[in-house]
Amino acid sequence: MSDSLIMLLQALLLVIGCLFFLVGTLGLFRLPDTLTRIHALTKADNLGLGFVVLGLLPSVPGPATAAKILLIWLIALAASATAAHLVARTVRATDASRDREERA
Amino acid sequence: MTLLMDTVAVVLLLLLVVGLLRIWLGPEPADRMLASQLFASTGVALLLVLAESQAQPALRDVALVLALLAVLSTVAFVTRVMQVARADSRGERRDV
Repeated sequence: MSDSLIMLLQALLLVIGCLFFLVGTLGLFRLPDTLTRIHALTKADNLGLGFVVLGLLPSVPGPATAAKILLIWLIALAASATAAHLVARTVRATDASRDREERA
Repeated sequence: MTLLMDTVAVVLLLLLVVGLLRIWLGPEPADRMLASQLFASTGVALLLVLAESQAQPALRDVALVLALLAVLSTVAFVTRVMQVARADSRGERRDV
């Protein structure tokens, strides 16, 4: 009985992960300017990845592989957080220089 | 169970393709960089799901490397654009 329960839970988590990816991609298209897109994309995709990883955990062959998947998720979190910060800083820098040109 | 994982993988693949549209549409270079970030996170999820559904443990290492290399592409973009922005702010024109 518990096996089908776990499978149901896995299915639910995977579907939720997919929904968050969908929201992230939707945010990439619907939001007006770059900074809001960065916000939507980074958060939604990382959460989606978290749910996908949680959904995959029960069917992973061993605890070592489970730890590896969790580490991959953590690295993806750190990676996209820094990347989003860098891109946001660049957008602000280019906006600042463009404003200066308009004023000059 | 593998059927569900394959459908999730197909949906993630479709999201990747939709991300291409943002690259084509994206007005500023920063938007194109966002799409590369979308590729990274969706790609990692896709690889992890495929590693499970096709019992290929190697795909997990591919997902790990993809997650790392995506940051490098963003850093390369930022250092390139930052030089231009800093050059503009110092007033010296640089041909981009």
